[in-house]
Amino acid sequence: MWVDLIITLVKIFFILGVTVAFFAPILTWVERKQSALMQDRIGANRADILGFTALGLFHIIADALKMFTKEDFIPDGANKVLHTIAPIIALVPALLTFAVVPFGGQYTLFGKEVNLVISDLDVGLLFVFAIASLATYGYVIAGWSSNNNWSLLGAMRTASQMISYEVTMGLTIIGVLMVYGTMRLPEIGAAQEDFLRWGFFLQPLGFIMFFTASIAENKRIPFDAPEAESELVAGYFTEYSGIKFGMFFMAEFIEMVTIGAIMTILFFGAWHIPFLTTATLLSWFDFLGTTGSNLVVMLIHVGVFFAKVVLFIWIPMIVRWTLPRFRYDQIMNLGWKILLPLSLANILVTGLVILALN
Amino acid sequence: MELLIFYPLAGFCVALALGVIFNKSPVGSAISLIGMMLGLAGIFVLQQAHFIAILQIIIYAGAIMVLFMFVIMLLNLKQGENEGWASREKNLLLSVLTGFLAIGILYKIWQVLFSVDMDTPASLPDSFGTVAVIGETLFTDFVLPFEVASILLLTAMVGAVVLAKTKLD
Repeated sequence: MWVDLIITLVKIFFILGVTVAFFAPILTWVERKQSALMQDRIGANRADILGFTALGLFHIIADALKMFTKEDFIPDGANKVLHTIAPIIALVPALLTFAVVPFGGQYTLFGKEVNLVISDLDVGLLFVFAIASLATYGYVIAGWSSNNNWSLLGAMRTASQMISYEVTMGLTIIGVLMVYGTMRLPEIGAAQEDFLRWGFFLQPLGFIMFFTASIAENKRIPFDAPEAESELVAGYFTEYSGIKFGMFFMAEFIEMVTIGAIMTILFFGAWHIPFLTTATLLSWFDFLGTTGSNLVVMLIHVGVFFAKVVLFIWIPMIVRWTLPRFRYDQIMNLGWKILLPLSLANILVTGLVILALN
Repeated sequence: MELLIFYPLAGFCVALALGVIFNKSPVGSAISLIGMMLGLAGIFVLQQAHFIAILQIIIYAGAIMVLFMFVIMLLNLKQGENEGWASREKNLLLSVLTGFLAIGILYKIWQVLFSVDMDTPASLPDSFGTVAVIGETLFTDFVLPFEVASILLLTAMVGAVVLAKTKLD
């Protein structure tokens, strides 16, 4: 009982630590560096402590200091309560998804089975989807409660864009669960031990559509019409400052991690290394004993998992600094006229292939 | 233990349901309704019905209510602007009808409340409420209602598209 509770708490703190304290701040720095690299600038090297810049890493500290000390401004006509809770509503779903996302397999440590997932829900995949659909509210409420036309327009765009791409996302997920026959994310991950059984090979079209829809859900360029700084000032967070603005920012970066993690689990072999089964890995470290070898393999798997997550954060970043923003009607056309029929066809073809193979 | 979770959840639901009715601004009502649905999903989880709970969130809280909010915000109703949208007679008729409905529902609840044996706890199989079991039930015992419902939904969808299309043309 107590041991289980402690194990769960450790997992929760690990996930919170990795996403909030490590990934989110580091990503702000990576984004700056990546943009500088792609635009042939030097970039992010102004913040220094005694002339020492540490490759611009001090910008993270400077950002945090600025956000915490800036005036927290609420416009006169705004709905004060909703304006205040909106960033919280935006941030929570991004973190909540990690409750069902496994970051490793199952290991025997000190005679105890440890499953590296906080909550192994029977409806895991649907839980991810449900929480993603709740994320819309934070942005919509933020835009509406600001009592500003830019914000409202941003909120409307957010709502319509997120609803549109959620449909595609949900339908591609159906293809994945048809192939693996389960909604439990740890089982989907475990089913991809064989390199050729990775979701990427079994659902290639599903992967591309999920990837596109996930960028749209995350509202990043080229799908950033909801914030479109050249048209709507900053869209739904125009009237936000200080740490509340910071929370929207953080929600975006944590969402990137979440989506990267889900993409890794569903399509990129989760924590597995290609052509290297867990059993082989365990046999390599056999000389360390059961707990020792399991511990080493666990660390390797968690490392591999997060390396893949980093890859799926990095690719959207390259996309972001390569493509211009799509026009709003183009986003809607892509969502409803191309991705939706394609995802329906994907389900049909997947079903037919499964039927033929059985 | 169960009651410890049930009562706060139930109280939360009832409070927010009242919030839906008594809130002056439509957006406030809509947000209360979303909160109430989340609370309801929590109660479903307590009843081992994880699948229903998730569907409650995806369909009601996640999809339908976003559209509600969308429409309310698009019309941008200000506080109190919704008053006087219907005539006195219409209001009276609606009140009487909802009154009858409420009495009917209360009667049914009363009936069920006293026909159920509350003292012996219900025993459920481990697989109760899992996706696999629900899917199997839907596609074997209830396959006809299930298919009828799907045709109904398809008809409604086609109808909505046709209506929107004629307006566009």
